[in-house]
Amino acid sequence: MRLTGITKRFAGLVANDDISFALGQGEIVALLGENGAGKTTLMNILFGHYVADAGYVEAFGKILPPGDPKAALDAGIGMVHQHFTLADNLTVLDNIVLGTRRLFSPRLDRASARKKIAAIASDFGLAVDPGRPVGTLAVGERQRVEIVKALYRDARVLILDEPTAVLTPGEAAALFSTLRAMAARGLSVIFISHKLNEVMAASDRVVVLRGGRVVGERRTAETSREDLAHLMVGREVPPPRLGEAMRGGARLRLDGVTTDDSHGTPLDHVSLELRSGEITGVAGVSGNGQGSLAALLSGLIAPVSGTLSLGDAPVRRWSPRAALGAGIGRIPEDRHTVGAIGDMSVAENAVLERLRDRRFSRAGFLRADAIRDHAAGLIEGYQVKCPSPEARIRLLSGGNMQKLILGRALDGDPSVILASQPTRGLDVGAVAYVQQQLLAARARGAAILLISEDLDEIFALSDRICVMFRGRMSEPFDRASKTPAAIGAMMAGQGFETEQAA
Amino acid sequence: MRLEAIDAPSTPTTLLYPVGAVLVTFVVASGLVMMAGASPLAVFVLVARGAAGSQFALLETLTRATPLIFTGLAVAVAFRARLWNIGAEAQLYAGAVVTVVLGTGALPLPAPLLLPLIAVSAMLAGALLLLGPALLKTRFGVDEVVTTLLLNFVMILFVSMLLEGVLKDPTGLGWPQSQRVIAEARLPRIIEGKRLHWGFIVAIVSAFIIWVVMKKTALGTEMRAVGHNAEAARFAGIPVGTVIVKTALLSGGLAALAGFSEVSGLKGNLTLDLSPGFGYSGIVVAMLALLNPVGVVFSALFVAAIFVGADAMSRSAQVPSYIADVMVATALLTMVVAVMLTRYRIRRR
Amino acid sequence: MMEAFEIFLSASFWVAAIRIASPLIFATMGELVCERAGVLNLGIEGIMVSGAFAGWLAVYLGADLWTGVAVAALTGMAFGLLHAALTVPLGLSQHVVGIGITLLATSLTYFTYRIVLPEVTSPPKIAAFQPLKIPVLSDIPVIGPALFNQTPLTYLAFATVAIVAWVLARTPLGLAIRAAGENPSAVEAQGISVTGIRVGAVMAGSGLMAVGGAFLTMSAFDSFFFEMVNGRGWICIALVVFGSWRPGKALVGAILFAAFDAYQIRLQQIAGDVVPYQVFLMMPYLLSIAALVLVARRATYPRALMIPYRKGER
Repeated sequence: MRLTGITKRFAGLVANDDISFALGQGEIVALLGENGAGKTTLMNILFGHYVADAGYVEAFGKILPPGDPKAALDAGIGMVHQHFTLADNLTVLDNIVLGTRRLFSPRLDRASARKKIAAIASDFGLAVDPGRPVGTLAVGERQRVEIVKALYRDARVLILDEPTAVLTPGEAAALFSTLRAMAARGLSVIFISHKLNEVMAASDRVVVLRGGRVVGERRTAETSREDLAHLMVGREVPPPRLGEAMRGGARLRLDGVTTDDSHGTPLDHVSLELRSGEITGVAGVSGNGQGSLAALLSGLIAPVSGTLSLGDAPVRRWSPRAALGAGIGRIPEDRHTVGAIGDMSVAENAVLERLRDRRFSRAGFLRADAIRDHAAGLIEGYQVKCPSPEARIRLLSGGNMQKLILGRALDGDPSVILASQPTRGLDVGAVAYVQQQLLAARARGAAILLISEDLDEIFALSDRICVMFRGRMSEPFDRASKTPAAIGAMMAGQGFETEQAA
Repeated sequence: MRLEAIDAPSTPTTLLYPVGAVLVTFVVASGLVMMAGASPLAVFVLVARGAAGSQFALLETLTRATPLIFTGLAVAVAFRARLWNIGAEAQLYAGAVVTVVLGTGALPLPAPLLLPLIAVSAMLAGALLLLGPALLKTRFGVDEVVTTLLLNFVMILFVSMLLEGVLKDPTGLGWPQSQRVIAEARLPRIIEGKRLHWGFIVAIVSAFIIWVVMKKTALGTEMRAVGHNAEAARFAGIPVGTVIVKTALLSGGLAALAGFSEVSGLKGNLTLDLSPGFGYSGIVVAMLALLNPVGVVFSALFVAAIFVGADAMSRSAQVPSYIADVMVATALLTMVVAVMLTRYRIRRR
Repeated sequence: MMEAFEIFLSASFWVAAIRIASPLIFATMGELVCERAGVLNLGIEGIMVSGAFAGWLAVYLGADLWTGVAVAALTGMAFGLLHAALTVPLGLSQHVVGIGITLLATSLTYFTYRIVLPEVTSPPKIAAFQPLKIPVLSDIPVIGPALFNQTPLTYLAFATVAIVAWVLARTPLGLAIRAAGENPSAVEAQGISVTGIRVGAVMAGSGLMAVGGAFLTMSAFDSFFFEMVNGRGWICIALVVFGSWRPGKALVGAILFAAFDAYQIRLQQIAGDVVPYQVFLMMPYLLSIAALVLVARRATYPRALMIPYRKGER
C-alpha cells in the first residue's frame, strides 16, 4: 500500500501537507506524532471518511477512489477507530456481520458467521462472545470486536488509531502480541500513536509526523527514543517545575463517597483530601471513574452515600451552582460540548457561570458594559486570540477556547480547582500555558485536582498522586515514591484486590 | 454530498436565502394555480388586492395578524429554549375559555380593572396547560411534541363539552356557542366601526417586551443557553429544568393571549371555530421570523396577508383558498432550508 | 354495571376493535421503521391524510381497489422522500420538518380535493373492501369473526407486522436499519451509506403510513372526509414508544388501544346520558399520554434517534 502527496485543509488550517509513505507486506509501521500533527486526518483519508484535497492512495497496485469507505474495505483495508464504531444495543455478532452480506439478500446467515468468528478467534487469540450486546463489554473487549470485524472481512491491511489510549499496560502488551501474530501471517499493520515506548516496542518502522508533514522515517531497530522525541516535538520544551507554594489545610474532602453511574463508572467508597497549595494528580485508564469524580466536583452529581465536605462543613445541597458558590473553579473534560456553548458569543460564555451575580445583572436585566469589560479582561489576561468578545466561541481554536474556559475557572481566585484533562488535544504552546497557569494557581494556595490520562503530565505537575481503578481510589502517595512502571501496574488493578478483601 | 460549516455568514447571504425561500414558495403556488386552471399572475394580483388593496383589506390583514403574532411569539420563545411547544392551539382555547368564564358578567368590574384581570387569568390558564408537558419533559423525559399535540385534541373536545354544557348560550338556538362577553370585557376597536381592535396594539407591545426579555435579561440568555446546549448550560450552573418551566409558562401565556384577544377584541363569544389553526400557523410565523420576536410581527403580517388575500381571491377565481395553507407550509419548509444554507455550504465530494 | 363488562364478550366488539386497530397498525409500523433508522417522522399525520385521499381518489376515478392502495403508498413515499431529503442529507430539525410535512400534505390534499370535487355537498362513495371470510377459522367463537372475517387490508396489516419484524431481525437490510438508528458511524465504517438506509427507511415507512390512511377511506368507510385522520398519526407515535420500538409489542399496544377505543364507543351508548360524550372521545388521547409517561423512564430508544448524521463532521 502506498500514499502519495496527500494534502488536506480544514478552513484555513493545513492538516496534511504532501504526505507520502509506503507499507510493505507483513510490516508493522507506527505513525508517530503529537496531538494535532495530522495523524487521524491522514487515516480518515486513507479509509475514505474524508476526501483529500490532493494526492491519492494506492492499495495492492490499484488507486482507491476517494471518499469511499466501501472501496477501502473491498481493497482489504480495515480500520479500528479511536472512538469505536460499534452499536451498543446490537450484539457482537450483528456488529461484525453488518455490511458483509448483500443488503437485499433475504438471509443474514448468523450460523456460518458464528463459525467464521470462532475460526478467527482461535487463529489470532481474539476471544469474543458473539451473542453479547456490545454495550455490556469492557473497553478492551470492544477493541477486540473491532479487530475481529476487520479480519472477518479478510482485511490484509489493518489501521489502528491510538489503540492503547483506552487500555491498561497489560492489555496493550496483549494487543501488540496479537498484532505481531498478524504480521507473521503476512498482514500489514499501521498504528497511530504519540507514545514513544510503544512505538519502540511494537513497530518495524516509524513514520514521524509534525504539523501535518512527514518529518522523518526510521527503522525502529536503528533509532532511539531521543531521536524520535526530537523529530516529533521539533523543539525542546522544558518540563514545568513545581515551585514553592503556600501550603495549607484541607479545602475539600471526600469520605467514603459513592455515586450513581450517570457519568460512567460510579465512584465506589472514594476518600480523598485536596489541600491548599497542592496539586493532587489522578492517574488511571480512562473510564475507571474519573468521569464520576469530575462530575461530583463540578456539582453535576451528588454523593449517594458518604460525605463531601468543604473546609470542615459537610455539604447538603449540591449542584453546579452550589459548587460555583463554594468557590470551585471547574475545567471540564470536553470543552466543546460541556465547557462552552459554541453558538453563543465569547462574552456570553465568559459570564455564563455568573449571569445572576450582581456584577453582571441587576433585577434580571443584564449589564452589557460590565459583561463586555469582563470578557475583554479575560481575553487579555489569558492571551485568548479572538476577533472580538461578540464573536461566536465556535470560531476559536481549541487552545484559545480552553484559555477562555481556564480564565473563567480561575477568575476570582477559586480555593479549589478541578482540572479534567486540561491539555488534551492542545498544541505544545497551549499545553505549556495551561500548565503554567495551574502552577500559578497552586502557588497562590489553591487546592487542585488534576485528572489526566497522560502519566507524564501527572508526574510533571502533581505533588501527590492517586490511582483510580474501577471506581475505587488508591491511597495518595508522594510523586517521588513510585516509578511510572509501578503506577502502570496499579492502573491495571494491582493493589486494589486487597482493599476489597479487607 | 456533504455539508461544510460556514464560520461567519455574510450579511447578504443571510438576507438572500430567506428571499429565495419566499420565491420558491411562490413558484410552487404558481404550479398549483395552473393545476386549478387559472393564471398565476392574475391570481396573485387578486391575492395582493385582497390582502392590501383597500382600507378594508388592510385592516382585515392586521386583524388576522393579531392572533398570529401571539402564537408566533409563543412558539418563538419556546423553540429558542428547544421546548417544542406544538400546543399553542390548545393554549389559545384555554385563554378563550377563561375570557368567557370571567367576561360574561361573573365579575362586575369596570373595564380598566376587568380587562387586565381577564388577560392575566387567561395567561395563567395557558401557562398551566403547557406546564404539564414541560414537567413531564423535565421529570420523566416524555417528548413534549407528542404530548402538546395530543392535548390540542383533548382541549377542543373539552371546549366542545363546555359549549354544550355549562357555557352554552341558552339563546343560541342549539348552536354550540357561549354567551357574549359584557361590554366591560370587550377590547375597544381602534377605529370605530371597523374590526381592528386593541388586541393588535397589545400584540405589538408584547413582541417588543419579548424582544427585551430575550436580548437584555439574564433569563433570555439562560433560555438561549439551554436551547443551544443544555449540557453545557447545566454545567455552568444554569438550572435547566427551571428555565424550561419558565419558558413553558411564558410561551403558554402568550398563546393564551391570542384566545383572549380573539374573544374579547373580535368575536365577543367562544365557538368551536374560534381558531382556524392559529396555533399551527404560529409555528410557521415563528420559523419565518427566525425566532426573532420583532421579526414575528412582520412574518405574522405576511402569513395573515396570504390567508386574507387567498380568501378574497377564492371568491372570484376558481382556486380553492387552501392555496394559502399550502403556501404557508411550503414557506416553512423552504425557510428551514434557507436557514441551513446560511450556516452550511453544500459540497459535492 | 354488568352491561359494561358484557361488552368484552361480544364478537361485534372485537370485530370493531380489530377494524379500529388496522390503520393504527399500518401507521405504527411505518413510524417504527423510520425511528429504528434514526428518523422521527412527524409528517405521519399529514401523510395519513394524503394516503386516505389518494387511495380513495384513484378508486373514485375508476382504478381497482388494490391499485388504489398502491397509489396511496406511492403518495406517502413521495412525502417520505421530501421529509428524508430535508432531514437526512441536509440534517434539518426533524421536529420542524415533520410538522411542515404534516401541514403541507394536509393542505395539498384539501386543495386537490376542492379542485377535483369543486361543488359537492356530501362526499361521494366508492365500493370499498368487503370482509373476506376465511373458512373454518372464522367459525371459532368471538375470535373467529374478529380475526378471520375482516377485509383483506386488515389481513395485510397483520402481515405487515410479521414482515417488518422479520426484516428487522433476520435480514442484512434490517440489521443495517437498526444499526443506522443506533450508531450511524458503525454503518458508514462498514461501507454502507447511512443516507441511503435512512432515506429508504423513511420512504418505506411513509408508504405504510399512507396505506394506514387509505384503510380509513377504502375499508373502514367508503368516502373521504376532512378531519378524518383526527390525530391518529400522533397516537401512532405514542404507540411506537409504548411498544419499545418492537413490532410485536407495538401490535399488542395498537390492539389494546383500539379495544379501549371500541369500548368507549359502546360505553358511550350505555352511559352517554350521565357523562358527556366528549369525555369518552378524549380518552384515546389521554390514554396515549399516560402510555408515554408510563414507559418513558425505562424505554430503550434508538440511540441515534433525532440525531442527524453528518459524514466527516469535525
